[in-house]
Amino acid sequence: MSELTLTVMRLGFLAVLWLFVIVAVQVIRSDLFGTRVTQRGSRRDSGRQQTAARQAAPPQQRAQQNSGGGGGRQRRGAPTKLVVSEGTLTGTTVALQGQTITLGRAHDSTIVLDDDYASSRHARIYPDRDGQWIVEDLGSTNGTYLDRSRLTTPQPIPLGAPIRIGKTVIELRK
Amino acid sequence: MSSTTNPSTNHTSTIGSIGAPSRRNTELALLVFAVVIPVFAYANVGLALNNEVPAGLLSYGLGLGLLAGVGHLVVRKFAPYADPLLLPLATLLNGLGLVVIWRLDQSKLLKSIHQAGSAAPRQLLYTALAIGLFVVVLIFLKDHRVLQRYTYISMVGALVLLLLPLVPGLGANITYGAKIWISVAGFSIQPGEFAKIVLAVFFAGYLMVKRDALALASRRFMGIYLPRGRDLGPIIVVWMISILILVFETDLGTSLLFFGMFVIMLYVATERTSWIVFGLLMSAAGAVGVASFEPHVKTRVQAWLDPMREYTLSRSGVHDGVVHSEQAMQALWAFGSGGTLGTGLGRGHSELIRFAANSDFILATFGEELGLAGIMAILLIYGLIVERGIRTALAARDPFGKLLAVGLSGAFGLQVFVVAGGVMGLIPLTGMTMPFLASGGSSVIANWALIAILIRISDTARRPAPAPAPSPDAEMTQVVRP
Repeated sequence: MSELTLTVMRLGFLAVLWLFVIVAVQVIRSDLFGTRVTQRGSRRDSGRQQTAARQAAPPQQRAQQNSGGGGGRQRRGAPTKLVVSEGTLTGTTVALQGQTITLGRAHDSTIVLDDDYASSRHARIYPDRDGQWIVEDLGSTNGTYLDRSRLTTPQPIPLGAPIRIGKTVIELRK
Repeated sequence: MSSTTNPSTNHTSTIGSIGAPSRRNTELALLVFAVVIPVFAYANVGLALNNEVPAGLLSYGLGLGLLAGVGHLVVRKFAPYADPLLLPLATLLNGLGLVVIWRLDQSKLLKSIHQAGSAAPRQLLYTALAIGLFVVVLIFLKDHRVLQRYTYISMVGALVLLLLPLVPGLGANITYGAKIWISVAGFSIQPGEFAKIVLAVFFAGYLMVKRDALALASRRFMGIYLPRGRDLGPIIVVWMISILILVFETDLGTSLLFFGMFVIMLYVATERTSWIVFGLLMSAAGAVGVASFEPHVKTRVQAWLDPMREYTLSRSGVHDGVVHSEQAMQALWAFGSGGTLGTGLGRGHSELIRFAANSDFILATFGEELGLAGIMAILLIYGLIVERGIRTALAARDPFGKLLAVGLSGAFGLQVFVVAGGVMGLIPLTGMTMPFLASGGSSVIANWALIAILIRISDTARRPAPAPAPSPDAEMTQVVRP
């Protein structure tokens, strides 16, 4: 066997050996554990929202939702978002676009409260026919407070008024 | 996990741990690569030695491929989430070892020394047995936590295994070298290799229970935590046993492996640097103390400090009661003549090392024929196996599995260090063998079992987490009492 062939084989073998090491390291690199940040796709959530609406909203409410909300046109001076200002979810915001927002510990709520003093289906916030946002207590154990007074009937929410549910406080903002 | 959802808020996101994919296909691809490299090496050796592709190329390649394939299928079936690297890395090392053992078999000089005949077919048989044990471990060890039940039984088992070579009539009667072999029915077995695994089980089970006492009860002095006197008990007992091994079996390797593994696991279990300091001091004191009066250990230390003197003594045939060996110097020459890129497979002269050229000193052949570049790649492959073991320990969810994985990979790494360091002249030579590369049944069988246990732990660790806690819907709402 010629010297040249053997030299080529010798160097080739070393190259292949190192190639294996490099490939193995690449596998490790693509194999690192860690956390993955997933953007919540709108498809899954809209499905989830429909389920929530079906379970939570009575039929007439759904009709209102369809006629009043969803149009996208907002009244001047109307709130555009709901902000959690106290509690474990502090800082969470939800945009208001005419949909019913349910609050509670149940997993299908729009805002899932991790709060021992909240009921599974605690309250909901929805727009009435004129686009005014209304808060309604859903028969919760500890009650829903709008500006220090316990709710007995659905009430319109003024901008910036605190709504207290257990240890959580939310308010509507522009 | 609570979070807000809303169809229109696009910036809400969830953060969750990645459910590790099973990665079996990656493993298969790497495994094919790991079988092709030794086949290439085999052809290369044949061309260099006899100017022809060796006749057994196809059967050798098929044999190795079949063994690797069986291993892969069993992992796919019984440990689907296991680490994708452990099996290919071990297969590659085993295959390369077989090639170099076969290459040394071809040497006429070695043939005249070994009466037993060629070592390569025997090694292939041992590899098949080892893969058999690998399969058995994976099938029957469904959950590594079962081993926890046998903590104290494994302590007894490990002590028996370590002491077996000292039993009269059972210990192999070898005048040279360390007394770490036993001969049973014509086979010589190195029980220390198996003791390594059994000891890791014992240490993991023991330290899992005792680690709080060992970690918390300590005083801080000069930046390190000093353990209480009575907590020093276990480390002193282990140290004494390792010193006894050094004295009676005259083997630095087993002693160092045994004690080092305990110190590593103690450090991992307690997070106290002081244990490492104590461990290093104690092992240094023990080794120096024993080397000063044990003749065999003393010879080894002298051969380490001045290999050239040992070489000339052996050459001139001096008989002063101890066996002088020229191997240490010859191994260094082999590395030196290899240079950076090596002489090429089959073109070195490492058969001049004569005795144990294909077992203890196989690394010298690699060093001569593949050079520094090849040795570094091989050491990196060992390093990757250890890294995957430690990674498995990090990912494991139970403390026993963590400690066991650290212990096994630590022992594996220590063994590589002890053998490679010995052959390269960094530390005195020992009677241990390079895992997977060296000729010898016990080593290859024990190390495949070790890899099987690591694969089992990594399968449990990487399996997607069990379902989260039951939903809070089921819990009662607390009532506010005014």
